[in-house]
Amino acid sequence: MAKVHVTTTVNGEPMEFLCEPHETMLDALRNSLGLTGSKEGCASGDCGACSITVDGRLICSCLMLAVEAEGHQIGTIEGMSHGETLHPLQQKFLEHAALQCGICTSGMLVASEALLKKNPDPTEEEIRFWLAGNLCRCTGYDKIVRAVQDAAAEMRETAR
Amino acid sequence: MNLVTNNKWIGQRTIRPDGVDKVTGRAAFAADTNMPGMIWGKVLRSPHPHARIKSIDTKKAEALPGVKAVVTSRDIVDFPIEKGAVMLGIQDMRWMCRNVMARDKVLFPGHPVAAVAATTEAIAAEACKLIEVDYEVLPFAIEIDDALKPDAPILHEFNKFEGKPSNICGKLEHKKGDIAEGFKKAEVVIERTFTTRPVHQGYIEPHACLISVAADGKATIWSSSQGQFMVRAMTAYLTGIPQSDIRAIPAEIGGGFGGKTIVYLEPLATLLAKKSGRPVKMVMTREEVMRATGPTSGSKMTVKIGATRDGKIVAAHGIFYLQAGAFPGSPIRGAAGCSFAPYDIPHALSEGFDVCSNRSKVAAYRAPGAPIGAFAVECVMDELASALKIDPLEFRLKNAAKEGTKAVHGPVFPRIGYIETLQAAKNHPHYKAPLGKFQGRGVASGFWFNAGGESSAQVNITEDGNVVVTTGHPDIGGSRAGIANICAELLGIDYRRVSVIIGDTQTVGFSNLTGGSRVLFASAMVVTQSAEKVIQTLRERAAKIWNIDPEAVKWENGAAHPVSPNAGQFEPLTLQELAEKAPSQGGPIGAGVQLNTQGAEGGFGTHICDVEVDVDLGIVRVIRYTTIQDVGRAIHPGYVEGQLQGGAVQGIGWALNEEYIYTKDGKVDNPGFLDYRMPVCSDMPMIDCELVEVPNPKHPQGVKGVGEVPLVPVMAAVANAVHNALRIRFYDLPLSPPRVSAALDAQVQRAAE
Repeated sequence: MAKVHVTTTVNGEPMEFLCEPHETMLDALRNSLGLTGSKEGCASGDCGACSITVDGRLICSCLMLAVEAEGHQIGTIEGMSHGETLHPLQQKFLEHAALQCGICTSGMLVASEALLKKNPDPTEEEIRFWLAGNLCRCTGYDKIVRAVQDAAAEMRETAR
Repeated sequence: MNLVTNNKWIGQRTIRPDGVDKVTGRAAFAADTNMPGMIWGKVLRSPHPHARIKSIDTKKAEALPGVKAVVTSRDIVDFPIEKGAVMLGIQDMRWMCRNVMARDKVLFPGHPVAAVAATTEAIAAEACKLIEVDYEVLPFAIEIDDALKPDAPILHEFNKFEGKPSNICGKLEHKKGDIAEGFKKAEVVIERTFTTRPVHQGYIEPHACLISVAADGKATIWSSSQGQFMVRAMTAYLTGIPQSDIRAIPAEIGGGFGGKTIVYLEPLATLLAKKSGRPVKMVMTREEVMRATGPTSGSKMTVKIGATRDGKIVAAHGIFYLQAGAFPGSPIRGAAGCSFAPYDIPHALSEGFDVCSNRSKVAAYRAPGAPIGAFAVECVMDELASALKIDPLEFRLKNAAKEGTKAVHGPVFPRIGYIETLQAAKNHPHYKAPLGKFQGRGVASGFWFNAGGESSAQVNITEDGNVVVTTGHPDIGGSRAGIANICAELLGIDYRRVSVIIGDTQTVGFSNLTGGSRVLFASAMVVTQSAEKVIQTLRERAAKIWNIDPEAVKWENGAAHPVSPNAGQFEPLTLQELAEKAPSQGGPIGAGVQLNTQGAEGGFGTHICDVEVDVDLGIVRVIRYTTIQDVGRAIHPGYVEGQLQGGAVQGIGWALNEEYIYTKDGKVDNPGFLDYRMPVCSDMPMIDCELVEVPNPKHPQGVKGVGEVPLVPVMAAVANAVHNALRIRFYDLPLSPPRVSAALDAQVQRAAE
């Protein structure tokens, strides 16, 4: 089958790529666009390591077809920091040792950023339920939750 | 050995050297690398749990356009069974060669039978379907009880136990005193039988590799593993390529927990790359990971412990049957060796049996075997304390191993911190906190051997006076941060000036696996000795410049100083200044050390768990959890706590939910994260940590391994808490809603009768 031409925006940059009609957005990001920060842990939407945003909405890119990116705004982990300036979530993940192996970290950060955009002051329970779609096998989640709480507090402070 | 005190960096929560790469998506894991001309490899796997391979015909697959190479067991170096064991670490290559590719028989659904490389993944998958395998399907046994039946199908016909063909492929025994004598003195005896289910390590990154073989036969491997040297050696053994011609480059590893201490894909991809002349990439699907890799053993265990009325244990007997899966090698050493280690028991017998059955070959999982055995022993300890009407921590304190205790598994303990963990648990506010309705509290302890072994490091001073440390261990949970702290401390410089790199097999000396909780213990030793050599060079350089004796120069705060005014009046020479002067003062500054490290001491932990049970639905929820562990010395407390927290949560998953569901035809029916339910964020409370620091006297920084102990006590702590909440003892894992509901119903039934 002929490949499909897709025009989209990734992390604010206009981008285009060719994909198979059945190809996932995750594969397009990783293989066609060279954005390997999004990871494949399950390909079934259970682990969240491939989390991206589409027009600001958090999704698993392994459950999205690449052709669906046409005309939409895609956000990935590669767009989270601004040059050498890390996003507060990235900085707090480092300070709190909220990552061990790091394979879930991209997805955790993208998901956490999406949470804080919706809810700048989440409770521990709200963080835990929001991140329930992001598996981490290393940390036991404790330090991840604390890093998100700390980043949220700092971002609220900065926004005041 | 003098312990470093008054530290600037050791014990600090520094930012890990690889941190920025990992929060920005830049870090390259195994599946993140591509090469020009690269093609894709796929594995054809057995649909049967047990079958003889009568023939394999690959002609149609080879003829499919786009297919570049096909390999079968004919291409893999054979290690004939009758020629005896060929060991590589704890792995027997006779089993490894048959595990990476079935030879005469397939032994589990998912067992590789062929591999294909093609220009696209889709063509490779299509080609796998065109391979014709003629199977003679055989009866199978998955559960231990089935594998031990007198008429059980035998996986390995050559194997005999007590003179007869058997699925028992090994036995181990630890004996101390005479249990018959010991039990005579017992006034209270508890004997129980337990089962645990196999559970997967559950790393989020599937196995992956990219391999290129040049026309001269030299291979380059990018893969994620717990040891690039293990990858090199196993690939060399299985392909016949000399180790000097294989460069294994460690990608960042997305979790392993023991499951990446053996190879699955690398030998196949190497042979495909060699045959096709193209770089070959292979990435497992989650389903392949669940069907064909790991897990740890399931078990059946009987534990009997006897004590006097005043609470002294007089005898203990443990019988541990562990599932090895398709090939011998279950972790009976951990189960039989670790389970009684926390206690001073005069008479004990601990027996382990290694049982093969038709499921994937087990791989190491965090303190292999120890959490399984501890589940049985620590639950019996709880029941015994209850029968003796003694507080469970007090009961453990009365019997705790300490310096001088001869462990059931043999060694006499040096100074250990087990009693300190029990005292910390007793004094912890958690232990005294009130409990509500349907809530309960349990405690349990655990031990793991820890390990030393071979490690290498190189410490080089750059021309601008900074530091590059290269070691040979994949960093699975923050070890680079610990190494940076130690190196910065020794050299007296800011930790941000220390770059820590994991070398590949051809650029750093041999380093054994990342496993056994050995990495920081061993790498700190070789890094320390390398840094000491570098400091010696720096002192000599300063002495030469000042024209004084090197003994009259000391290294402090990142600079050479005269030891006293008597030695001469000189301005300090900093690391940068000495580095800049290096070309004219004797050349590059750097040192490497290679050691077979000794002196790893075992670790102990004690956990407190609170649960709340939804008695209508049978759901057990952990509502508070505290881990207490003798960690030796916390070089980076954040990553030490992370080990404790992560281990606890893996254990909670093992205790409450995780298990494989099998279909009637012997296949795993839940090979994905949706149905194989690992703990998610909303399942868990915060996990408290208390780090007890009893420094290891045999280590320059006092380091003990910390990664494995935290999984050991968990399942027992959870089960003991559930008993405390419901007054029901559970002897079989997991404590999943159907099992808890059934037990609650039975309790109601009994009350009504």
